[in-house]
Amino acid sequence: MFRILKKRLLAPAIYLMEVEAPRVARAALPGQFLIVIVDEKGERIPLTICDYDAERGTVTIVIQAIGASTMRIVTLEEGDSFADFVGPLGHPSEFIHYSPEKLAATKFLFVAGGLGAAPVYPQVKWLAERGIQADVIIGAKNESLILLEEEFRTLTPNVHIATDDGSKGYKGLVTNLLKELVVNDGKHFDCVVAIGPMIMMKFVALTTKELHIPTIVSLNTLMVDGTGMCGACRVTVGGKTRFACVEGPEFDAHQVDFDEAMRRQGMYRTIEERKKAIEAERAAGHKCNIGL
Amino acid sequence: MANKIPRVPVREQDPKVRATNFEEVCYGYDLDEATLEASRCLGCKKPRCVEACPVSVGIPDFIRCIVEGDIAAAARVIARDSLLPSVCGRVCPQENQCEGSCILGVKGEPVAIGKLERFVGDWGREHHLTLAEAASGNGHRVAVVGSGPAGLACAADLAKLGYEVTIFEVLHRPGGVLEYGIPEFRLPKKGVVEPEIENVRRLGVKIETDVVVGRTVTVDQLMDEEGFEAVFIGSGAGLPRFMGIPGENLNGVVSANEFLTRTNLMHAYDEQYDTPIYTGDRVVVVGGGNVAMDAVRTAKRLGAEAFIVYRRSEAELPARREEVHHAKEEGIEFRMLTNPVEIVGDEQGWVTGIRCVRMELGEPDESGRRSPVTVEGSEFDIPCNVVIMALGTSPNPLIAATTPGLEVTRRGCIEASDLGATSREGVFAGGDAVTGAATVILAMGAGRQAAKAIDEYIRNRA
Repeated sequence: MFRILKKRLLAPAIYLMEVEAPRVARAALPGQFLIVIVDEKGERIPLTICDYDAERGTVTIVIQAIGASTMRIVTLEEGDSFADFVGPLGHPSEFIHYSPEKLAATKFLFVAGGLGAAPVYPQVKWLAERGIQADVIIGAKNESLILLEEEFRTLTPNVHIATDDGSKGYKGLVTNLLKELVVNDGKHFDCVVAIGPMIMMKFVALTTKELHIPTIVSLNTLMVDGTGMCGACRVTVGGKTRFACVEGPEFDAHQVDFDEAMRRQGMYRTIEERKKAIEAERAAGHKCNIGL
Repeated sequence: MANKIPRVPVREQDPKVRATNFEEVCYGYDLDEATLEASRCLGCKKPRCVEACPVSVGIPDFIRCIVEGDIAAAARVIARDSLLPSVCGRVCPQENQCEGSCILGVKGEPVAIGKLERFVGDWGREHHLTLAEAASGNGHRVAVVGSGPAGLACAADLAKLGYEVTIFEVLHRPGGVLEYGIPEFRLPKKGVVEPEIENVRRLGVKIETDVVVGRTVTVDQLMDEEGFEAVFIGSGAGLPRFMGIPGENLNGVVSANEFLTRTNLMHAYDEQYDTPIYTGDRVVVVGGGNVAMDAVRTAKRLGAEAFIVYRRSEAELPARREEVHHAKEEGIEFRMLTNPVEIVGDEQGWVTGIRCVRMELGEPDESGRRSPVTVEGSEFDIPCNVVIMALGTSPNPLIAATTPGLEVTRRGCIEASDLGATSREGVFAGGDAVTGAATVILAMGAGRQAAKAIDEYIRNRA
């Protein structure tokens, strides 16, 4: 179970993996996420779902090596398996409940920052399958970190690229490109879906508030179980505490307390850095002489 | 003929030593101690202890076997009604159940039934006793949601009747609260929980982990597409409550569920595991139940100075007396009649303390306990860097929300009859999912009851 059928390097330290998980593949919908565990000692890692194929029984994830567990995950090869692969978790995107008329009448703009391209992909794909060509902004630090551009271009002609250093497409932040599309190019959007680093989502929310465009964000909070048991994913939305895992992960961007969310994301950072250092040494074949 | 032998004390790890490790607190009886303690039982003709046991273990019978030196026979007596003797012997509130109604307790100390049950369970495991064998199949399939005490008990009884049972577990390891909630020092996982779950598997029960019923698959899909004729929901009460006071989302405030799941299920106390845990050096646990005791004693073992803050007085602590006693021995400080009003933090958003008010006891409330009343102007701060909220849990709404026609109460508990029947035909429920957070043994009792009802339902249908 949970065998890796395909592994592909998308960008430095960022991999795409297609994993055998028939139950998850059958049930997954755009907007949902899952949790993977690499091995017995691994952490429960929440990941967004990048694609799913019910017939093949596979689910595609995109993963970046950033902590101890994810560093081990990216060393897995085709044919290897995850210890655990559980989902789908959370609510699907709200638009999947729209009537065909409402869907056709809604102009969507997706803003995908960094790894956020992965969860945006199945949403744009779901819409494309229903004949709706959304606009997509893919943002990254530089050209090498632009994810899934080819894949997006097969779904919609309206793909816009923004890089911080201008190595590809628009030079600047996704928020500035968003403003240009609306203000300079006169594009109209009824709904913005922004997924990426918390700081990007915060500024997209500020920008779209100014522009009066309803906006959805998908919050990548801390989680342990991902099923509502631990409460590590608490976020304040509209002044109320909500659990991102079971009440989200998507929320009204204009109601989210991003400063609190960013602060809470960093709660275990120092401990994680230590664990990562241990893992890096282990991976480098270092033998600890003092028994650690 | 009353006997004069005093209750045999049980050996425990030294409190100073155990407050720094996760080894089991209580060593349990050896054969001589168990035999002596067993000899105290009067073997009542109408045993009140059996009546007081939610799963009706044949208590005087198994104790007589111990006296006769036939521990294997004792194990077989218990196995008729419970496949988790080593678990129950450790975590049941015996003082309110079997031991609470023991006739010897009227004038002296009741028989140590829990410690004897534990002895028999441990002996059986150490001697590789086979107590459970798969029955020949009757061709009917039942799905069980959740592998905690309710689900395991229900699955075991159904398997004994010949049903083909699959348990669906959301986490990556089976056991429910036995695995994620109750700490290693009270209930060893590899030594006790895993082997007892293995006994359930030996009956032919399949356990599929990593399945979120309600998301991965719905109850209706299990029945309509996967061919299960009945479903038992034993999904527990896993949703943590918070107080709703200012500062609760500061860094350093966690639910007891999160704190315990990180340590128990994810082994965060062990550097070899990836999951992090944050303890700081002063930890305040808010609450007075068994979960609060588990959390505060875990924090102590992780090196913190640890406090219990509880709004009523010690007499009202809902935790088992044994747990409170152990906690005190380990150096936990109890701040009674103290109620948090705010959690205070620094500019970076990290907890620096908990603001409390003093309480005094007023008139009894609907629970019969004297309700605490705030003493005006008594506000004070307890400095700390971690606050753990242990205020109870409620059932997860996911299954009810994704199973049309399944009625729930106002408090989110699944509506079920005493036999476990819900508002949906073929769907049964029991344990914390129905009652709200209670005990391991009550959940097992409900699981067994539902197994009977499911058997009857399927027979009537066939």
